[in-house]
Amino acid sequence: MRIPCPICGDRDRREFYYVGDAQIIDRPSPEASEDIWNDYLHNRDNPAGVTKDLWYHENGCNSWLVVTRNTTTHEVQHAELVTKLKGDGS
Amino acid sequence: MRFSGLKILREGLTGNKGWTKHWRDPEPKKEYDILIIGGGGHGLSTAYYLAENHGLRNIAVLEKGYLGGGNVGRNTTIVRANYFLPGNSEFYSHSLKLWENLENDLNYNVMHSQRGLINLFHSDGQRDAFARRGNAMINQGDDAILLDTEGVRDLIPYLDFEQVRFPIYGGLYHPRGGSARHDAVAWGYARGADTRGVDLIQNCEVTGIDISQGRVAGVQTTRGQISAKKVGIVVAGRSGQVAAMAGMRLPIESHVLQAFVTEGLKPCIDHVISFGMGHFYISQSDKGGLVFGGDLDFYASYAQRGNLPMKEHVMEAGMTLMPMIGKARVLRSWGGIMDMTPDGSPIIDKTDIEGLYIDCGWCYGGFKAVPASGYCFAHLLATDNHHEFASGFRLDRFKTGYGLIDEEGTGSQHNLH
Repeated sequence: MRIPCPICGDRDRREFYYVGDAQIIDRPSPEASEDIWNDYLHNRDNPAGVTKDLWYHENGCNSWLVVTRNTTTHEVQHAELVTKLKGDGS
Repeated sequence: MRFSGLKILREGLTGNKGWTKHWRDPEPKKEYDILIIGGGGHGLSTAYYLAENHGLRNIAVLEKGYLGGGNVGRNTTIVRANYFLPGNSEFYSHSLKLWENLENDLNYNVMHSQRGLINLFHSDGQRDAFARRGNAMINQGDDAILLDTEGVRDLIPYLDFEQVRFPIYGGLYHPRGGSARHDAVAWGYARGADTRGVDLIQNCEVTGIDISQGRVAGVQTTRGQISAKKVGIVVAGRSGQVAAMAGMRLPIESHVLQAFVTEGLKPCIDHVISFGMGHFYISQSDKGGLVFGGDLDFYASYAQRGNLPMKEHVMEAGMTLMPMIGKARVLRSWGGIMDMTPDGSPIIDKTDIEGLYIDCGWCYGGFKAVPASGYCFAHLLATDNHHEFASGFRLDRFKTGYGLIDEEGTGSQHNLH
């Protein structure tokens, strides 16, 4: 499995650290309810098919990526920098 | 039909013409008292114990494929009770006791073999941790023996004891641990449930869960609607999809765990050996194949097969531990889909929908739990009360943070277990 890092190009999966579902980049406000925080921290859609998850290019450019991937075929479709998705500096 | 040595002898002498099917193939009825979604190890054992322990008969197990075709047919068959934390400890202890009587209870040869499990350690700190774990096991009433290097050498002399990176300091020996024939476990429970009147319905995929005014009313399937007073979801590996039919999101992320088997060899590995530092464990099947595995691939997956980096890692760990297996040729590898929970422990609980119950989140340890999971889930379904041995496996423990069962002590967060 290779991941197309927008900075480094196609790189071996072993260079990346997998964090989990990309919902983790949308952190609720500290005042949000217990249910919202529970949903954010623990509950997952966990789709069988196309999903978006968060990877860290640990042994590469150290960037955080949202990778679009198929969980039933392991096909990697796309990778996007988190900074680009969220706007620079956030 | 009752199985016995005499029966085998008689059939052998009369052309094996007297064997009958192990279970019926019934059409689904319109209505049942209890529906079990999932005809794997846990679903079948749940159905068996509902009938055997609670006298319930109007039950069906709905299986989308064939019985035992999921994770119960795709694992590495380790049976053990070496857990540390309250909540897990009494549950797996109970499960091992059920294993020890399973063949008598089911009148079925599940080839349960208590060949002993050895967890190796490689430092003074790890020895202390294993001594503590062994004491916890003994306090639970199970067996544990702390072996030094020579003690391990007596049992399994073929390891590379002086390896530079992880010299072997000793092992925690669990003599009652071992393995079993995975398919036979599913078949034995299926036959036991069927004999007691449970309908086992194969090729029947659940496509929807009917809920009316906060209460479960039945399910939609590829073979029509079926009504039920209670529905139990027991589909580890696909829990998220089935729970979504009831509008639920679960604290589960599905991961692939790979396993491997070599060509058949003469008997050489008499125990189950686990080499935690290399994330490697191995045993030898009765057919002679070396069965071994490692760690998760560590990304969400439903593919039932893994990628090459983890294969390479597992092979390296095996060669580090026991160079003698280097000439054995690997025949097959496969992957099972694991319901990974944030704290690494399972869920056996009611849901917010009345009459809907769930048994899931077995991470990579579901096989040894098959008897106790069914036993305790049947208790919950039949009585609406948690069984004392499974009272910790609550769905809401992640939300409240109370009662987390973090056996590895790494935290309650996805991607840590």
